[in-house]
Amino acid sequence: MTTGAHDVPAAQLVDGLHNGDFSSTELFAHFRRRIDEQSDLGAFLWTAEEASEVPTDSALAGVPIAIKDIFCAEDVPTTAASKILEGYRPPYTATAVRKLEQAGAVSIGKTNMDEFAMGSSSENSAFHPVRNPWDRERVPGGSSGGSAAAVAGKLAPWAIGTDTGGSIRQPAALCGIVGLKPTYGSISRYGMIAFASSLDQCGPLTRNVSDAALLFKHLVGSDPCDPTSIGHANEVEMPSRTSLEGVRFGIPKEMAGDAEGIEPGVGDVFDAAVGQIEQLGGTIELTELPHAQYGISAYYVIAPAEASSNLARYDGVRFGMRVEGAQGSLLDLYKSTRANGFGEEVKRRIMLGTFALSSGYYDAYYGRAQRVRTKIAEDFRNAFERFDFLLTPTSPSVAFRLGERTADPLAMYMSDYCTVPMSLAGIPAISIPAGVASPPGGGTALPVGLQICGPAFSESKLLDAAHAIEQSIDFDANHRPKGFDE
Amino acid sequence: MIDHDQVLHVANLARLDLSEQEVERMARDLSGVLDHIEKISQLDLDRVRPTSHVVEVENVLRPDEPRPSWPKQRVLESAPDAAKGGFRVPTPGR
Amino acid sequence: MNDLRGYEPVIGLEIHVQLSTRTKMFCACELSFGEEPNTRTCPVCLGHPGTLPTANQQAIRYGIMIGIALGCEIAPRSIFHRKNYFYPDLPKGYQISQYDTPLCSGGELVVPGGPTVRIHRAHLEEDAAKLIHHGESGRIHGAGESIVDFNRGGTPLVEIVTEPDLRSASDAREFLQLLRTTIKQIGVSDVNMEEGSLRCDANVSVRRKGEGLRAKTELKNMNSFRFIERGIEAEIERQIEMWESGSEVSGQTLHFDPGTGTLTSLRSKEEVHDYRYFPEPDLVPVAPGKSMVEEIREQIPELPVARLQRYESEYGVTDDAAQTLVNWVELGMFFEQTMALDGSVDARLMAQWITGELVARLREAGVDDPSSTELTSAALAELVVMVQDKAVSQFAAKEVLAALVNEGGEPRAIVAARDLGAIDDSSGELASIVEQALADNADAVETIKAGKQQAMGAIVGAVMRETKGRADGAEVNRLIRERLGI
Ligand SMILES: [Mg+2]
Ligand SMILES: [Zn+2]
Repeated sequence: MTTGAHDVPAAQLVDGLHNGDFSSTELFAHFRRRIDEQSDLGAFLWTAEEASEVPTDSALAGVPIAIKDIFCAEDVPTTAASKILEGYRPPYTATAVRKLEQAGAVSIGKTNMDEFAMGSSSENSAFHPVRNPWDRERVPGGSSGGSAAAVAGKLAPWAIGTDTGGSIRQPAALCGIVGLKPTYGSISRYGMIAFASSLDQCGPLTRNVSDAALLFKHLVGSDPCDPTSIGHANEVEMPSRTSLEGVRFGIPKEMAGDAEGIEPGVGDVFDAAVGQIEQLGGTIELTELPHAQYGISAYYVIAPAEASSNLARYDGVRFGMRVEGAQGSLLDLYKSTRANGFGEEVKRRIMLGTFALSSGYYDAYYGRAQRVRTKIAEDFRNAFERFDFLLTPTSPSVAFRLGERTADPLAMYMSDYCTVPMSLAGIPAISIPAGVASPPGGGTALPVGLQICGPAFSESKLLDAAHAIEQSIDFDANHRPKGFDE
Repeated sequence: MIDHDQVLHVANLARLDLSEQEVERMARDLSGVLDHIEKISQLDLDRVRPTSHVVEVENVLRPDEPRPSWPKQRVLESAPDAAKGGFRVPTPGR
Repeated sequence: MNDLRGYEPVIGLEIHVQLSTRTKMFCACELSFGEEPNTRTCPVCLGHPGTLPTANQQAIRYGIMIGIALGCEIAPRSIFHRKNYFYPDLPKGYQISQYDTPLCSGGELVVPGGPTVRIHRAHLEEDAAKLIHHGESGRIHGAGESIVDFNRGGTPLVEIVTEPDLRSASDAREFLQLLRTTIKQIGVSDVNMEEGSLRCDANVSVRRKGEGLRAKTELKNMNSFRFIERGIEAEIERQIEMWESGSEVSGQTLHFDPGTGTLTSLRSKEEVHDYRYFPEPDLVPVAPGKSMVEEIREQIPELPVARLQRYESEYGVTDDAAQTLVNWVELGMFFEQTMALDGSVDARLMAQWITGELVARLREAGVDDPSSTELTSAALAELVVMVQDKAVSQFAAKEVLAALVNEGGEPRAIVAARDLGAIDDSSGELASIVEQALADNADAVETIKAGKQQAMGAIVGAVMRETKGRADGAEVNRLIRERLGI
């Protein structure tokens, strides 16, 4: 019996499959039905018609998983939500996806996203926007908005996404689920369509911290196909802790609950969560990350610069879309293919990045941004000499309305204010639901995420601490998105 | 600040056709973003080494052992214009 | 040679060397040698979305070997950069190359009796694909079409850049020949100009002696040593003409047309190149440790300049023969093999046979390596000893060598089977044949007696015809002179 299967964490479904309570095909059909029923969320760009056969004694035993459409899967349409890749079926499978399949996960579909992962609202999909299951007039965050909405809307037990400057954590926060951005180099990037190569990292979006740990455990590992993948020295441990006795938490004042730009409702939920942590025995101290305030500036030079180069391969020659130019020349072909194939935000970032790398501007922009990156990483290193973890709100705001920030790129970019510094430093950070708050001006209460970050490769400890906090907050029991029960 | 002509120059480098309207909008949007980015010019970074990568490993190399290449049909399948056993393009420079 | 009219040419070279690794620089595709187009590719070297490069260990080793052979410093830590530009032969829209931290820098190559050329740098990069141009296609009116073949794309290259130390076209050719031999000697490339595994561009300017540098032009497409010399000469001439006629030389790229021997300006691109170099985020640094560099240094074989000196000191072989043995690496190796077999062989005679008659046979057969013919070094040593001992005449030995190259076998057996042994003059046989020849050529005898010694050729020729070349030429000459009393 699969009734209610969507209400339980993925780990419980694994147990059910191992016990033979239901079959993986039944489970698959259950979630496929939910996807069809809630197609108005726009969470998927492609869904599998049937489940692949999986041995029941495999680690994940056939639990379905939603895959962000940025991961290549052999012969499965993969677009990164861009028109320029419409119809593209990769000839190979991403390492992360292959590892999950080998562990016994079953891909149920490819989730919608901001085009090439550029955005914080999932409105930049070339196909259709994603809606937030908590309020369909609002965005789910982005760029992994489809994965977040699929998990929050219970269309999939769990999902994977990618995080470059907050693209897992921010949608997880806005949708009230857990999202982990691992240490850069934990998981292979091979087959993950590149946005900004020095920042991109794959990670899980799940119902709870234990599921995140379970999924992460199967994703981690160095890969001969990705020289920057290092994996972890020790196996990822499943979280179990309930007390935070002796754990030292720092709150960078630049991103504290009362910092400039943080919505009051978000600040209140954050402060309450901090209170919970103290209750659990954690020590809290205000600290500073003096260069974190320059994170957005550095990020919006580095990421677009890398992106401008990574997206040069979409030229209408070897794959994807081609638009012949009016003159029939090669230059024409390049320019019209790219002008027609890329969306507005992607073009904006390509322009920004090309400019930042161009002759005469490199030192002032790219060169300086790289040095700011050094300073930000140093700030974190200094902080972790005194603290085990740092705490911030994940997003300065709760989910905003569709269209609210599309006209103002900078306002949209500021959505990543609290998540970008960790990306630049390459350190792991997790967002867990901390409560709900009404948006400014009132309205339905919406989820607020708590971001916890730690030193590089500290995921096991980070997940353990997040688990303890999650247990004490008990978010899911108190707050449910509308229309969730079947 | 980035002006109309700079936008055109950058768009050409990036091989993007922009309509006159898009050029205007791009100049406005990018100027706004660059204005914010300018914040980093306040910092004294002279003696700071640049970070291009947070990964600290070196010498991750592949042994020189061949693996089979892909069948020609398979690689040409994805091409928008495959012809004469290859990828067809207008001759450059014409 | 140019009429310099008081000008001094200043020439620097940029040389691309294709490495003879088994696989490409950044993927495991085998290198291509004229295979059917697009049969040596994979998603990586086609730049498919999500793919990542992996650096070929052997290519890096070969790069270090070239650096050591050119007396360069090997960088303790060097990184790859992306060189960004759009062209159909460049699948990713950027070439992975090196920029401000090349693998090798600051070397020198001294041409014996010729120029000393400082090496600015040598770095690793990947080759572009090949464009096959077709004419008018009718596809779009007025536009020709090209077909891209990615087989060559991604072949490992070492780019060697010299300082502008060359002062004439012939110096440039000599330098390049020594460079070619040096690289061939260390066995890291075929360095074949016709096949494109050695490619050379030249930067040429002229100046008044003692004055500062003037504008330089870049010469491309000179795919033979002869064309390089001719191309540079033509460009020096053109520039001197321009300055002399009061016009300015402007920096441009010129294409050498071997058919007409002229230089044509490549259609000036509508933009100045702006490659937007930045560190390649998909690869990690290459840091060859001291011990690794030393270990490689020990494996570097004797280099051509040292070999030239040794041929003189050890074998007394000098001049053109020594130069040929050094420049033609396979020939030199064969020479040394034969010398190692039989200490009684006259080295100079051996060198003369190898660089004369054997080269002629190899050219006929269209092969570079004597070992790839039927000839063995033992057979050649034996044959040369027979020549030395006058057991076979020069003339007959040539026939034996041809047989050895084409069919193999042993010299003595061939001599016996074909009755090519030298006529034993102790029996008086030769003397009587000479007698007969003098009698048959009374006219010639008269001419000789009248003082025209050239006429002896007719008599020698008659003896050789009669003996089918088995007579020793010197002995025949002696007998004629003795008989005629001259
Ligand atoms: Mg080059
Ligand atoms: Zn390949």
